[in-house]
Amino acid sequence: MIDALKREPVIRVRNLKKVYRMGDVEVHALRGIDLEVQPGETVAIMGPSGSGKSTLMNMIGCLDSPTSGEYYLDGQLVSDLEDDELAVVRNKKIGFVFQNYNLLPRANAQQNVELPLRYSSDRSSLRERSAAALEKVGLGDRMNHKPKELSGGQQQRVAIARAIVNLPSIILADEPTGNLDSKSGQEIMDLLLNLNARNGTTLVIVTHDPGVAAQTQRIIRLKDGLVQAEEGAL
Amino acid sequence: MKFLQALKEAVSSISSNRTRSFLTILGIVIGVGAVISLMAIGEGAQQTITRQIESIGTNVIYVMGGNMSQDVTNPRPLTLLDVKALENRNRAPNIEAVSPVLNANSSVKYGGESENTNIVGSNTAYQKIMNLEIAEGTFYSDTEVSSGASVAVIGPELAQRLIGRSSNVVGTSLRINGQPFRVIGVTVAKGGSQFNNPDLNVYMPITAMQMRVQRGDSADRVQFIIVQARSSESMSAAISETSAIMRASHRLSPRQPNDFTITKQEDFLSIANSITSVLTIFLSGIAAISLLVGGIGIMNIMLVSVSERTQEIGLRKALGARKADIKLQFLTESAMLSMIGGVLGIGLGWLLSSAVGIIAARAGTQLVPVIGVGSVLLATLFSAAIGIFFGLYPASRAANLEPVEALRHE
Repeated sequence: MIDALKREPVIRVRNLKKVYRMGDVEVHALRGIDLEVQPGETVAIMGPSGSGKSTLMNMIGCLDSPTSGEYYLDGQLVSDLEDDELAVVRNKKIGFVFQNYNLLPRANAQQNVELPLRYSSDRSSLRERSAAALEKVGLGDRMNHKPKELSGGQQQRVAIARAIVNLPSIILADEPTGNLDSKSGQEIMDLLLNLNARNGTTLVIVTHDPGVAAQTQRIIRLKDGLVQAEEGAL
Repeated sequence: MKFLQALKEAVSSISSNRTRSFLTILGIVIGVGAVISLMAIGEGAQQTITRQIESIGTNVIYVMGGNMSQDVTNPRPLTLLDVKALENRNRAPNIEAVSPVLNANSSVKYGGESENTNIVGSNTAYQKIMNLEIAEGTFYSDTEVSSGASVAVIGPELAQRLIGRSSNVVGTSLRINGQPFRVIGVTVAKGGSQFNNPDLNVYMPITAMQMRVQRGDSADRVQFIIVQARSSESMSAAISETSAIMRASHRLSPRQPNDFTITKQEDFLSIANSITSVLTIFLSGIAAISLLVGGIGIMNIMLVSVSERTQEIGLRKALGARKADIKLQFLTESAMLSMIGGVLGIGLGWLLSSAVGIIAARAGTQLVPVIGVGSVLLATLFSAAIGIFFGLYPASRAANLEPVEALRHE
């Protein structure tokens, strides 16, 4: 128990601020966020539009750099890295799952899953690793299908296989069930939680849906660029 | 990302939008086609001209009146006396043969037919120096030259046009500049261009020409003198002998510059070559402008492609693509587009130049277009370079997209 408490959090955010300039107006999207997520945790980030949750997700996903504050990912200070260094961090540590799946339409399922491996420093046994990831999401028999030949739920599974193929520290899912009917949506949630339980991959979900958020261990509510409330056990 | 992967992606992207890809590269196809065909035709023309100049005879020196590089006061015209002096074997052991030449355009009539054509007056050595072959009858003799006999050797095409047949015409009587001449021979057909066709020539003794065709001109003037050296090794000796004899014949003091000009066959070759080269380069340069326009077309479409694929670029960045990866992907695509255009353009150039060759052959000019390995290589590399150059801006625009903005783009 004491060991567990002393473990380094996978995400540690200190006084994170982000200011955008829109014309002459300064928009304070994040006004000083403090946040820790432990390895293996499942967390939902909720909040009304304009609350800064998309901005926070971009920060956590290393897609954008903060104006000030510190962000440690897996113990590494990533808040002041250069663009190309951030690309390496995204490739190795983060698996993205998007609302609209974001698959390449010309490539088949396996080629889509291989894509992060092609940008990684270790490009060995691409086929085997992508096939294994597709097996894990239950699409071992759909490897040569193009996205348009798959259902929405299947497309999201391909996207999840793509997210886990590089064995990331966290899976960052942005409204993963937003485009799906409730049955497929629940299947996707089950799959994400299952992968978390089996592999211990940290899961961060950004969502509007209280039903989705309720299935995570902790809910972080944002309002006006600040953490308004936290629910659930730490 | 590996280069091979970039190649694969480029192939897939280009083939997924065939119509657009084809229209994009059309500018390059036409540009490369134009450059290739012009270079091929230029090279072919050069070879044709070289062959024609070489066919005039080998080891030949031309002596012309006047001096083109220095000012000479009162240059003496070339006369038959100069020819006599050059024919002196004791003073000019390296000279094989000497021929005076008079050229004039004159009307030639037979029956009701009339042609305006080139009349060449010379001596018997002319036949050997110019490699003139006789198909029927004989060339004129030394006796006929010294007596100024009214005899003519004509080209087969002239015979065809005037008399209606190119053989069995020896003994026919023609009127040249109103004077009666008897045909004693017909030359073998050589073929030639519109402007210089030996098959339309009339050859006659220079004496006859001075007396009957160019009446009124000072009697023994000649236009130029052709000197043939014994061999290619004795060319320079023959040139210095010619120069010395001509200076003595024109009574030039040692300080006076030459009042005549000596030109070798090689000089004509190099002049002709430099003219055709300049023309080829000039025309190819104009054609290259269309390559430039084609490159701009590629840049335009690549910019469209970048903005269409903004979300894809954002995704790739989210998955770990660095700027260099994105840049490589788009550069490969534009270079490949351009190179495909280059290859198709080489094909088009080959078609065009072959067509020109066929048309030229129909018109009676031997012109075989030559597509060299060099020009093919040049076209390929140049089109790839154009693809890379005009791909640079779209590619770096893609590479510099902010991942957040790009992902949000619809």
